[in-house]
Amino acid sequence: MSFDVPDDLRYLESHEWVRVDDATARVGITDFAQDELGDVVFVELPDDGEELTAGEEFGVVESIKAVSDVYAPVSGTVTAVNDALFDEPELVNEDPFGEGWMLEVELADAGELDDLLSPEEYGDQIA
Amino acid sequence: MKYDQARWTDDDDERYEPLLSEKANREVAVEDSPLPDDLTRDSLELPDPAEPELARHYTRLSQMNYGVESGPFPLGSCTMKYNPSFTEDISRRADAAVHPDRPDSTVQGTLALCHRLQDYLGRIGGMDAVTLQPPAGAAGEFTGIQIAKAYHQHNDDERSEVVIPDSAHGTNFATAAMAGYDVVELPSGEDGRVDIEALEAAVSEETAALMLTNPNTLGLFERDIEAIADVVHDAGGLLYYDGANLNALLGRARPGDMGFDVMHYNVHKTFATPHGGGGPGAGPVGVTEDLAGFLPDPHVRSKDGGFEYYTPDHSVGKVHGYYGNWPVLLKTFAYVTRLGDAGLIDASAKAVLNANYLAEQIPYEVPFGPFHHEFVASASPQDAADAAKRMLDHGVHPPTTKWPEIVDEALMTEPTEGESKRSLDQLAAAFEAVHGEDDETLASAPERTAAGRIDQVEAARTPRLSWQALDSET
Repeated sequence: MSFDVPDDLRYLESHEWVRVDDATARVGITDFAQDELGDVVFVELPDDGEELTAGEEFGVVESIKAVSDVYAPVSGTVTAVNDALFDEPELVNEDPFGEGWMLEVELADAGELDDLLSPEEYGDQIA
Repeated sequence: MKYDQARWTDDDDERYEPLLSEKANREVAVEDSPLPDDLTRDSLELPDPAEPELARHYTRLSQMNYGVESGPFPLGSCTMKYNPSFTEDISRRADAAVHPDRPDSTVQGTLALCHRLQDYLGRIGGMDAVTLQPPAGAAGEFTGIQIAKAYHQHNDDERSEVVIPDSAHGTNFATAAMAGYDVVELPSGEDGRVDIEALEAAVSEETAALMLTNPNTLGLFERDIEAIADVVHDAGGLLYYDGANLNALLGRARPGDMGFDVMHYNVHKTFATPHGGGGPGAGPVGVTEDLAGFLPDPHVRSKDGGFEYYTPDHSVGKVHGYYGNWPVLLKTFAYVTRLGDAGLIDASAKAVLNANYLAEQIPYEVPFGPFHHEFVASASPQDAADAAKRMLDHGVHPPTTKWPEIVDEALMTEPTEGESKRSLDQLAAAFEAVHGEDDETLASAPERTAAGRIDQVEAARTPRLSWQALDSET
């Protein structure tokens, strides 16, 4: 089976993606991750204004198979949280790179992006 | 005709228990309630069934269920063995019930029995001292790890990590985390056992304990257990034995002799007490002599030809009230006494024989082996959960599914020692039938049971947490 790995994103080995727009980064989990997890039934996310540290967990995704921590690809301040996931966690399955996004972060250090996987590297990892 | 409960009075304060009929008529004042109006009500709509209706209600519920008294129940790791009814008869005896606040001197028989059970369990596990207090297996784990922690702290040796194999029971991880430790997960070796090199890499001066069950959850005996014990002890850690699989070793090998320092007994798995259903349970904990001073308070010991409660010198404190869950302990005692040495040795023989016989009969691939009390088959390419649902249609309870994760589409199967060859053949026939069926049939199973398949996703996304949720939908 092949999974979507959009070209315009950077990735973490633990299957999170990040999309950078100026100083803001949007974060979610990948198509591969949602498929591995199966039907997502609950998503726990931080509040606006919380500080994230790259590599540390920021939330929890619960599916009927497993409860998994989600890790921050970058450090920074949370500026927006996708509230829709609280009522419709299935968005993570249906549209992991779009409607299923999790939060937006104001980047503390854009240099951290260089440490993330490219689409090619991530694609190789899940191949 | 009208039945009322007896009226009683307390001479000291002249309180009295009202008659049931008086209670029913009493008005409840809600004016002073701090609750908002929409959460209070003036009347209760209690069901008012006639006795036959009530009896039928519960009988119907029991018929919708599948229990070990309905047929074989090979739910791996859980050891769903049949509990012989003589243990119930004994625990139900009126003279077994003593008030927990009675002075030691007036309950010598009860204490003598506790003391003997401590001794029996100690001898079965190869442990020097045993507490009966923890009220469940998981509570026993927590007590055991608290004892390990107290031991390290007593030696001014603060440690931060507990090492646990990836095939371990989920409670091990939860126990370590609850006790404030970081968990170091140990990957299984290719043979499904602990990999000594991986273990050496995982332990350090931060290692408080390694939690291990032996035989492990794949039903495999950790043959290198003495080397494992050396690695952990050399690092200054303790070896913790999860007693979940002790029924495979009864009378043949003892955790204490393998180098374990602390262990809990799952009396519902190893002996014969009910599997909770919310409790009460019992999870006695055994320790070596070095750790005996840290046992929970109180503990029973012999003194001047009798028995007494005392507080061990460095006790971790209370983990439960009084004797622990006494009726459960009494059932344990009854079972051990009734079987005796020969019976316990026979029980472990049958647990192992039954698992290996069944593993040979079924058409699914069974990696690893030979086994102890349980085995893990692979349903692949079928979905293990679907195959399990279909087994219900063939009249048996399915195995545990999709765990441990080191076997693809795992069917973790533990027939238990109580099953006859006829029952095992019935199980094998169910495996055989399901093995030959197509994905569509499996996905729509069960079709012959009282209750159909539960929509797990919908149940998790929009849980109905009370019967009122059903009402609001109709």
